[in-house]
Amino acid sequence: MIMAVCGLGVLFVAPNFLNLKQAEGLPSWLPHKQLNLGLDLQGGSHLLLEVKVDSVLNDGLEALVDTMRTTLRKARIRYNALGIDGFGANVSIKDKAKVQEARELLKSLDNKLEVNVLEDGLIRLEMSEKTVRERRIAAIEQSIEIVRRRIDETGVREPTIQRQGEDRILVQLPGIDDPERVKRLLGKTAKLSFHLVDERQASSELGRVPPGSILLPSLDEVGSDGRPRMYMLKKRVMISGDTLADSQATFQDNQPVVSFRFDSLGGKRFGKATTENVGKLFAIVLDNKVISAPVIREPILGGSGVISGRFTVQGAQDLSLLLRAGALPAPLTILEERSVGPGLGADSIAAGKIASMVGMAMVIAFMIVIYGRFGLMADIALIVNIILIGAALSILQATLTLPGIAGIVLTIGMAVDANVLVFERIREEIRAGRTPISAIDAGYSRAITTIIDANVTTLIAAVLLYQFGSGPVRGFAVTLAIGIITSLFTAIMLTRLMVATWLKKTRPDTLPI
Amino acid sequence: MRGLRLLPGNIEFSFIPYRKIFFVISVLLVFSAIGLYIKNGLNYGIDFKGGILIEIKTIDGPANIKAMRSNLSNLGVGEIGLQEFGAPDEVLIRIQAQEGGEKAQQLAIGEVKKALGGDIEYRRTEFVGPKISDELFWNGVYAVSAAILAILVYIWFRFEWQFGIGAILALVHDVISTIGVFALFRLEFNLSTVAAILTIAGYSINDTVVVFDRVRENLRRYKSLPLSDLLNKSINETLARTIMTSVTTLLALTSLYVLGGEVISGFSFAMIWGVLVGTYSSICLAVPLLLYLKIERHSTSGASKSEEAAAE
Repeated sequence: MIMAVCGLGVLFVAPNFLNLKQAEGLPSWLPHKQLNLGLDLQGGSHLLLEVKVDSVLNDGLEALVDTMRTTLRKARIRYNALGIDGFGANVSIKDKAKVQEARELLKSLDNKLEVNVLEDGLIRLEMSEKTVRERRIAAIEQSIEIVRRRIDETGVREPTIQRQGEDRILVQLPGIDDPERVKRLLGKTAKLSFHLVDERQASSELGRVPPGSILLPSLDEVGSDGRPRMYMLKKRVMISGDTLADSQATFQDNQPVVSFRFDSLGGKRFGKATTENVGKLFAIVLDNKVISAPVIREPILGGSGVISGRFTVQGAQDLSLLLRAGALPAPLTILEERSVGPGLGADSIAAGKIASMVGMAMVIAFMIVIYGRFGLMADIALIVNIILIGAALSILQATLTLPGIAGIVLTIGMAVDANVLVFERIREEIRAGRTPISAIDAGYSRAITTIIDANVTTLIAAVLLYQFGSGPVRGFAVTLAIGIITSLFTAIMLTRLMVATWLKKTRPDTLPI
Repeated sequence: MRGLRLLPGNIEFSFIPYRKIFFVISVLLVFSAIGLYIKNGLNYGIDFKGGILIEIKTIDGPANIKAMRSNLSNLGVGEIGLQEFGAPDEVLIRIQAQEGGEKAQQLAIGEVKKALGGDIEYRRTEFVGPKISDELFWNGVYAVSAAILAILVYIWFRFEWQFGIGAILALVHDVISTIGVFALFRLEFNLSTVAAILTIAGYSINDTVVVFDRVRENLRRYKSLPLSDLLNKSINETLARTIMTSVTTLLALTSLYVLGGEVISGFSFAMIWGVLVGTYSSICLAVPLLLYLKIERHSTSGASKSEEAAAE
């Protein structure tokens, strides 16, 4: 049994000594999983993003208030004090006789909302806790999906994108040590919309904004005062970017442009809108900035068009990528970034290798000096222990980080402890006058409770470290915990087997310990 | 081939008679550690303070840190620290957390990279926002407290409460003095330091448990030996093992400290200190403390408990 475990250990750790190609070429019945190197060793980027979920809920509530306003106006119900309050909206109906009518109308707006009439004709529409939770989850899942699409489009190999906690997304990009482009792409919500330009006052001063219009800055045009040029647009969205089917960066008159194509529904709407507004200006707006505002020369019925701004090639590529991948439901912020270049990672691996080798050589030599033949057996167990740690890490596909290597080096020092306990006990028993065989028996059986007690406490520390730690530190907890378990196995079972075999063969009168 | 003895067979060093000296040393150690912490504070890394850290390597020859410093100080990104990091061509740049939310941090990283130019290798870029650094700090505090508590419960369960108290006092002594060393040398206190402290906790308890185990065994064997002699005997009997294990662990850690690279050296330094102080506290604090904690000598509960454990 013991030999079988050791044999399997060798088998599972072996693929790590081959290069990737060779390892993948191994027959399928052989283990071929290699160690999973952490980003701090192989180089790469770790980004922790936060989804501003509340802004999604807020957007929804603002839209709700808008529809409440139009609904009540249409029904000619007079109201005041209409506004957002917490996770709901309040409105006060002036004519008490119409409160019931208003209530029915508002109730039909969204069946997920609870509608309550409070005192004095005050009506409150509120999202239930369940709805709030569902919308949060939906927003995060959609964000993860969009993040994944955007990152996939950049061609990063094997990215990890996962939800973390309530409203966070963890992104790991192996091999990317300067994530500037990814950060830039993730920093945009990429909400695209087309608006008609409000030409009533476009040329005069833009101080007052009439109702139904909004004032938005240009993305890159600068006015005479050095500040971004401002556009006044109709608030109503002529057509929004979520109906886009495709987008590509291309060239037009040697200028980089972004072409786009709507899906059939969007194409129809676009055709209708352009037909009705020939000769007018329409603005292409991305994240509340006007990219460009060309004149509609003729109806665009094919459902596709071109955005020409003052793009660089990279800018056009990025924009088309963002449009293809879709808009984020909420803005993302970067809470944490850790990027390691391949140079530092390689140096860390090399330093870790040397440190473990030298540490191991010193421990091995020291054990032989102190315990002679028994020390040699403990050393063999130590080497097997390291092999088993490697095998366990490969099987579990746990991530080996730089602190993880430190954990292994520490294990090298501490793994011999169990053997030291046993050997010292055997020495004591010999001093007490026992024969070799009974001294060894007593040594093992008496030392074992101590060994277990002593190791459980270290294991407790490792488990808590895993629980509360993050990233690389977790890697340390993993190797420490694995090291403790494997060292218990090798130091107790394996050396005992070796000692017993040796005893049977030689039957010594005195122990060389 | 017979092994070398680190210590002769029947040693009788006096530990317990000198316990008061050890107590004074330890109390001084703990109080000066607390004093240093109050006076100097800790040199928190960006993990706990938030901010930006960039490690670079110049491509052509040693780095001109002076020029870099004056170059970067004009950027208006607040306090900037530059230091050589392990080799003359490697520089570590620390930038304080920026005012104005997460966006401002990203802008600052961009500015600094632009100012440094393209002829360098960026080995590491780390940014930790205020939200995360707060969380990491409290997680660290929880982890260390939870570890101490869990270990206390385990020792209590396996031995008796007196042993638990002795072990925990020794453990707290080790943790506080380690923090004191970090305050004294202004070493960077970061996530891996917390990992080191937790490991020190585990190691220190490991040492203590081994001696305690022997105390328990001797309590059963020598019913009439005065407690102070019994404790001293237990320490001496396990002394060879205690020293052996400390030496092998220190061998491995020294190798890591010298050869393991600059990133990990703070961790190995803390661990080396922890092994030394952990060994000392097990022998000179945890065991002598048992003298004052009124162990019940004739209770059979401890004995039967360990019998069960042995039978497992």
